[in-house]
Amino acid sequence: MTNILASYLTLAAILFCIGLYGALSKRNAVIVLLSIELMLNAVNINLIAFSKYGVHLSGSDTELTRSILSGQLFSLFNITIAAAEAAVGIAILIALYRNRTTTNVDEMDSINR
Amino acid sequence: MPFTITGESVAFFILALLTIGGAVFMISFTKVVHMVVALAFTFLSIAGIFIMLEAEFVAFVQVLIYSGAVSILMLFGIMMTKHDQEESAVKRPVHTLGLWVGILSLFGFIFYSIQQSVWVPGEYKSIENNVLEIGLLMFSEFVIPFEIASVLLTVALIGAIVLAKREEEPK
Repeated sequence: MTNILASYLTLAAILFCIGLYGALSKRNAVIVLLSIELMLNAVNINLIAFSKYGVHLSGSDTELTRSILSGQLFSLFNITIAAAEAAVGIAILIALYRNRTTTNVDEMDSINR
Repeated sequence: MPFTITGESVAFFILALLTIGGAVFMISFTKVVHMVVALAFTFLSIAGIFIMLEAEFVAFVQVLIYSGAVSILMLFGIMMTKHDQEESAVKRPVHTLGLWVGILSLFGFIFYSIQQSVWVPGEYKSIENNVLEIGLLMFSEFVIPFEIASVLLTVALIGAIVLAKREEEPK
């Protein structure tokens, strides 16, 4: 059963690289935000794969449960931060569009109005 | 290690194909709305992968937050800006080449490390009542991160409203 952990990690690495490519090459700011979400999701896959297949502290039954579930709780907090980041990012984008009428990141090169 | 075909590996293969397919379509589409829909598809497939890893609660949260809330938020963001915009290719060959080299070397590095590592099979037991155990843990040991997350969500809510609020015209 050790092989399947490597496949999950490889899947997460592929998703992270696609997200990184999108974040660095796309011009539309909404797509850049979405690519960052994809990268955060790849991290979540890693966390949950390690919570199932990783090495846990051997101890009592409750300690094992706690050790397994803390990986899932980490990913839950990660999802919370990602949602907050998406909301603030879209708000900044709308405020910027109102001032500059552009959503392309390569035209956002000035800090005055 | 001989590759054996089990139900788990078949399900993983299909879900991984859907996930990567959605992400690749997101990169290759030109209309912005189509890209968001392709990525919503990816988020749904990742929820399926979470169910395979026996993290049911995280899978439901993934469906609610990502393929529900975040996708709709991004669609709103597109509709409130230029909604018929098409992604035009960047005309910077040096930048694109450097990006490809960097990302391929990053992926090669991660892949090499994954293949080189020796994975010790860990102890695991499936948890009967996933949501109950997560709730107990969240309100006992992780209560301070939970409260900090609630403060952060309130700050993000107020900040987003203040940022996106239309400024009144000075009279």
